[in-house]
Amino acid sequence: MTRQEIRQAIIDILADIAPDEDTASLKDDVSLRDQLGLDSMDFLDIVMELRKRYNVEVPSSDYPQLATMTSCLDYLSPKMA
Amino acid sequence: MPKDQLQGIQSEYDVIVIGSGLAGLTCANILGRMGRRVLVLEHHYQLGGMATWFRRKRGHIFDISLHGFPFGMVKSCKRYWNDDIASRIEPIRGIRFDNPQFSFETTYDRKDFTRILVERFQQPLERVEAFFDKARSFNFYDDDGTTTGQFLERCFPGRNDVHRLLMEPIAYANGSTLDDPALTFGIVFSNFMSKGVYIFKGGTDLMVGLMKKELIRNGVDVRIYSDVERVLVESGRVTGVVCNGRPIRARSVVSNANLRGTIQRLVGEEHFASDFLEKARKVRLSSSSCQVYMGLKPGESFDYLGDLFFTSTLDHFDSVALCAKDVTSRTFSCYYPDTRPGSDRYSIVSSTNANWDDWASLPPEEYEREKAKLIEDTICALERYLPDIRGKLDWIEAATPGTFSRYTKTVHGATFGTKFEGLSVSKAIPEQIAGLWHAGSVGIIMSGWLGTINYGVIVSNEVDSYLSRSNAVRATEEV
Repeated sequence: MTRQEIRQAIIDILADIAPDEDTASLKDDVSLRDQLGLDSMDFLDIVMELRKRYNVEVPSSDYPQLATMTSCLDYLSPKMA
Repeated sequence: MPKDQLQGIQSEYDVIVIGSGLAGLTCANILGRMGRRVLVLEHHYQLGGMATWFRRKRGHIFDISLHGFPFGMVKSCKRYWNDDIASRIEPIRGIRFDNPQFSFETTYDRKDFTRILVERFQQPLERVEAFFDKARSFNFYDDDGTTTGQFLERCFPGRNDVHRLLMEPIAYANGSTLDDPALTFGIVFSNFMSKGVYIFKGGTDLMVGLMKKELIRNGVDVRIYSDVERVLVESGRVTGVVCNGRPIRARSVVSNANLRGTIQRLVGEEHFASDFLEKARKVRLSSSSCQVYMGLKPGESFDYLGDLFFTSTLDHFDSVALCAKDVTSRTFSCYYPDTRPGSDRYSIVSSTNANWDDWASLPPEEYEREKAKLIEDTICALERYLPDIRGKLDWIEAATPGTFSRYTKTVHGATFGTKFEGLSVSKAIPEQIAGLWHAGSVGIIMSGWLGTINYGVIVSNEVDSYLSRSNAVRATEEV
């Protein structure tokens, strides 16, 4: 997947997890937690969806890598290439 | 011959869940929904674990642990169960306190508590705000050794009445004390304060019934009267369980049994490393409970008393007194007809925290005497608020730590799982035995309906990851 496709994949997951939030105008360098009001259970859901939809494994020690959209893309790009 | 409860089960499962508490059921549902082959085995005749209820003749029905939970339940039920279950969660009307230090009603959320602390307890607003912010900032992974008692004393020095207001409901929610880590208080208290207290409209029986339907819809096999006596382990890896005397193969096992019971009874200490066992043996169980269930005669009612009513006759707050057999503090959970739409019944469940040791050693006659005294003392305590209640009661009975132990098989009747150290031991089990997890009430923060459900979610993620990885290994081997 290209970086742009991965970005869309993450947006799709976020839209399911936070259906009331505006995911279209997400800023890539601001923490997802702050922008979308996500809590630790939400991040767990992101990890479960990544495994289910794309067979990508994110071990719990790597959860901090999912902090912003940019850090997600940096972290996931090699895994989803 | 008795009915074979295991009739129709498959010869092998991806996951066997031992016990059907809310953690076990939630874990099973998520994994079932993902297409895993899941079997839930429950020794009791109904599902739910401590999230349970019982019926008595003349239409009485009593909820054991419905009392009230944080708003987070709505999101967890919506996401890990279904919209129907989530839509039945509603806020309670009010929580009342009455003790020698204060007496009032509150909606039990940050806004109302701020008002109460400023107006009634004369605390400066900045101090109150700083307290709430600090309580909310605690993380489960940074225990700096501060106890709840120290934290409350630091925030509100010398104000035992304020400490009581902040701690008493939490002590009833999860059995914690002033000596437990401040972070456990901060996390649970903040969960409640974010939006107040909620309840499941329709009662525990409806909720668990809807969960069962959803499990079956997701292809999960569920069996009651199915007592797991052993988890099977071969060369450090789970291979199945023995249930009702019969071995059942499984690639992974999630034990929703009590943590200590899982290690000692189900698996056996010989399968664990000695340094792990040393830690596991040090895990303290949380306290147990006594409850008195009172059902009113059909047609009788009582005036609104709040949904949860925290009462005490003790002139100060003290965690030890909260569990003492000489009861001074009681929480009344009041159930009005609207708890179960369509019903016209009123009932009250009185709960007190209790110590296993105070009850376990009593000879049968003395046990019965003490139980009768518990019932009588509870009616007397209630008569202070509802003077004519005695004549309206149609059904009354009591549960003690032994009762909880009997129906849930939890060690020493622990109604709130373990103290904080239980969480790291629970999480470390898969490092000891591949394919084995524990999910359930542990570590104070993972107890209560919401805590256990969320722990079930966390474990389901790890089990799914494990199964995916071992599938990959299988596929490679086949190639």
